[in-house]
Amino acid sequence: MATFGTLSDRLTQTFSALRTKGKLSPADVDGTVREIRRALLDADVALPVVKDFTGRVRERALGDEVNKALNPAQQVVKIVNDELVTILGGEQRRLQFAKSGPTVIMLAGLQGAGKTTLAGKLAKWLKNDGHTPMLVAADLQRPNAVQQLQVVGEQAGASVYAPEPGNGVGDPVRVAKDAMKVARDKQHDVVIVDTAGRLGVDAELMKQAASIRKAVDPDEVLFVIDAMIGQDAVATAQAFQEGVDFTGVVLSKLDGDARGGAALSVASVTGRPIMFASTGEGLDDFEPFHPDRMASRILDLGDILTLIEQAQKAFDEDQARKTAEKFATDSFTLEDFLEQMQQLKNMGSIKGMLGMLPGARGMKEQLDNFDESELTRTEAIIRSMTPAERRMPKLLNGSRRLRIAKGSGTTVTEVNQLVMRFEQAAKMMKTVAKGGMPQIPGMGPLGMGGGPGARSARKAAKKKGKAGSRSGNPAKRAAEEAAKAQGGSAGGAATGSGFGLGGGGAAGNQAPSAEELEALQKFLGR
Amino acid sequence: MAERSWSLGGALRGLFTTPVVDDEMWDDLEAALIGADFGPDLTDEILDHLRSEVDRLRITDPADVKRLLRETIEERLAAHDPTLRLSERPAVVLVVGVNGVGKTTTIGKFAKFLTGYQRSVVVGAADTFRAAAVDQLATWAERAGAGVVRPQQQGQDPASVAYQTVERAIADGTDIAIIDTAGRLQTKAGLMDELAKVRRVVEKLAPIAEVLLVLDGTTGQNGVAQAQAFIEHAGVTGLVITKLDGSAKGGFVLRVQQQTGIPIKLIGQGEGIGDLTGFTPHVFAQSLVP
Repeated sequence: MATFGTLSDRLTQTFSALRTKGKLSPADVDGTVREIRRALLDADVALPVVKDFTGRVRERALGDEVNKALNPAQQVVKIVNDELVTILGGEQRRLQFAKSGPTVIMLAGLQGAGKTTLAGKLAKWLKNDGHTPMLVAADLQRPNAVQQLQVVGEQAGASVYAPEPGNGVGDPVRVAKDAMKVARDKQHDVVIVDTAGRLGVDAELMKQAASIRKAVDPDEVLFVIDAMIGQDAVATAQAFQEGVDFTGVVLSKLDGDARGGAALSVASVTGRPIMFASTGEGLDDFEPFHPDRMASRILDLGDILTLIEQAQKAFDEDQARKTAEKFATDSFTLEDFLEQMQQLKNMGSIKGMLGMLPGARGMKEQLDNFDESELTRTEAIIRSMTPAERRMPKLLNGSRRLRIAKGSGTTVTEVNQLVMRFEQAAKMMKTVAKGGMPQIPGMGPLGMGGGPGARSARKAAKKKGKAGSRSGNPAKRAAEEAAKAQGGSAGGAATGSGFGLGGGGAAGNQAPSAEELEALQKFLGR
Repeated sequence: MAERSWSLGGALRGLFTTPVVDDEMWDDLEAALIGADFGPDLTDEILDHLRSEVDRLRITDPADVKRLLRETIEERLAAHDPTLRLSERPAVVLVVGVNGVGKTTTIGKFAKFLTGYQRSVVVGAADTFRAAAVDQLATWAERAGAGVVRPQQQGQDPASVAYQTVERAIADGTDIAIIDTAGRLQTKAGLMDELAKVRRVVEKLAPIAEVLLVLDGTTGQNGVAQAQAFIEHAGVTGLVITKLDGSAKGGFVLRVQQQTGIPIKLIGQGEGIGDLTGFTPHVFAQSLVP
C-alpha cells in the first residue's frame, strides 16, 4: 500500500505544537491549509478544485468560528468536512422517472469505466424495485461488448435488446432509436442504453454519443467514472458535459483503496450530483451515493457508517444478543466461537473492515501484517473437534489434542494456543458483557455484544501475543498473555479516542448517523 | 513525433515564453506537473531539482528550464531497461491489472505486434470471470492471427486455463504464450492470491518470461498502490500504460517506475490493433515536454 501520510495524521502533527495555544495565528492556518492541499492532491482531487477549496477553508478557518471553538484543530477538520460535503452535493439525489412512457437512462464514459457492468447492476436494482428494465446494446465498438451485456442482462433478469452483433458492425444511433419503439411495444418502463466507451478528446465519437442522446431523449444521462482516475477527471468530465450533457455521475470501483478525489473534481467542475457508487464485481455491489461518507473517505476519517451497515448485514442481531447472554452466563462454547468466526468472514475481508475505522490507516503496518489465513486455521482446528469437545473444552486431554492437530493439519502447540486463547477470550468477554465493552466509536449503541470491534481487538492481541517472547511457566505465560490482551484492547480503544481528531470526525459522522441508521433499519426491515 | 494530445504541450504553452525565470513561471510549472498526475511529492522533487540546477547554472532563459525539465524526465524514465525479454521458448507472458484498464485489448495488440515479427502466438483466456471476456479475447486473437485456448467450461479455474495454454504452446512449438487474467482490484486479497496461484501452476511447466502489469493512463496516484500490490503477488516485470490517446498525461507512471524499479515496456494509445508501441524514454519525454 502506498504510504501517504493521511490528512488527519498530518493535521494532528501540525497541531501538536499548538495544543496549548487554543488560538490559531494566520501562519498556523496557512500551514494547515498547505497540508490540506497536499492531502487533497494525493487523493487525486484536481488542482483548480483544490485551489478553490483551500481558499474557502482558509477564509473560514481565519474567521471567528474557529477561534471561538474549544479545539481549533478539530474545528478546522469540521470545516473541511462541511465544505467537502457541500461540493459533493449535500444530499443524494434520486433517479428522475418519466411521467409517461418508458424512463430512458443512458450510460456514458471512458473505456473501462465499468458501463456495461453498471448497466446490469442498475437493471437488477430497478427490477428489485418493481420496474421492468430493458437493456439496449448500443456499444457496437468493443469486441463482444454485446455478449457481455447479454450475459449481465440475463444475470440481472432483465431483457436485452441487441439487434446488432457489435464488433464494429451496426449503427448505435439506429439501435438506440429502434429500442425506444421496442420498449414501448413490450411495455418496459425503464430503458437502459449502454454506449461504447469513448475518450473525451475523440470528437467523432462524442458526436455519436450526442446523436444517441438526441435519438432517445433520455430522462437521465449517467456519466460513469472510475474512482481511480487522476487529474484528467476534470478534462474528461468537461468533455462529456459538453458532448452529452450528463445529468448525474456514477463512481465505479469504489471498493479499491483509491481515495476517490475524482468525485470531488467532477462534482465541483460540472455541478452534477454523484448519484450512485459501484463497489464490487457482483451485480448487487451497487448503492446510492452518500456525500458525507465520501467526504470522510477523502479525508480518511474512516467510514463508520458503511462498516456498521456491513456489520448489520452480516450479524443477526438476535444472535448477537444470545451470544452476549452466553458470555455473561459462562456458557460460551467453541461452537459459538466458530459460528462467530463464520459471521465475521461473511463481512468480507477483515483488513478492509479494520481499514474503515477512523485512523486505521495509521495502523497500516499492523494491518498489513494481519494474516487472514489464521482464521482459516483456527476454523480447521475447531472443525476437527467432536461436538462434545467443542462444548466442553475441558475434555481436551493430550491424546485428543494430538488427534485434533493431525486432523486439522496443525500442531499440538497451535491447538493448545487456540484453547488457551478461547478461555481467555471467554473470560474477557464475560467481564465485558457484564460491564460494557471497550467502546469503539459509533459501535456502542448497536447492542452487538461481541461485535467486530471487540473481536478485532482480541485478534490484534492474539497477533501480538504470538510475536513476543513467552514465559515457560504456564501460569506466568497466561498472565502475560492476559496482560497483552488487555493492552491490545486498550490500544484498540485508544485508536478511536486518542486519534486526536476523533471528536471532530465523530461529530461530523454522528450527526447523520441517527437518521441514516433509521433509514437503514427501514431498508433492512423491508 | 507529432504533438500528441496527451503531451504537456497545452499545459506548458505560454509557460516558458516569459522573458525571465520568475515565481509565476515556477507556479505555472507546478500546476502543469500536478495536472499531469505526477503527484505532489514527485512534483516537489522535480521542482527542487530544477531550482537548484537553475541556481547552479545561472539559467535566466525559461527556454533552458524547459529543456532541463525534459532532460530530467527523460533521465528518470531511462533509469530502467525497457526491453522485453522473450527469449525462452515458449516465452510465457502473464498479463495482469485492475478492472477495465485494457488488459484484453492490450493482449490483442501485443499478439499482433508479435505475429508482425513472425512469431507464433497462442493466447489463453484465463479471465473466466467477466461476462464475455473469453469471446472478446478470441475476437482479438483472430484479428491478430494467434491461436486461442478457451476454458472448457464456465467458471473454470483460471490457473488450469493458464496451464493448458502453456501446455499447448509446448506441444505445438509456439513461440509465445500470452495469458489473459481477470481484472482484480489490488485490495481483494483472495483474488490476488489466485494470481499467485496462476503463476505457481504455470511455473511447473515453463518459467514465466514476463509478467506485464497494465495500468490505465488516466489513473491518478492510486496507480502506485496498484503496482505495489501486483508486484508483491504476481512478480510484475514490466508495465504497460494504456489509454494514452486521451487527454490524460500519465505522469504517475514516472512515480510508479521510480518507486518500484519496474520499467515501462509498452505503450497503448488507441483501440486499433496497431496502436501499441515499445517504450522509449526519449520519445516519451519529448512528447510530454515538446
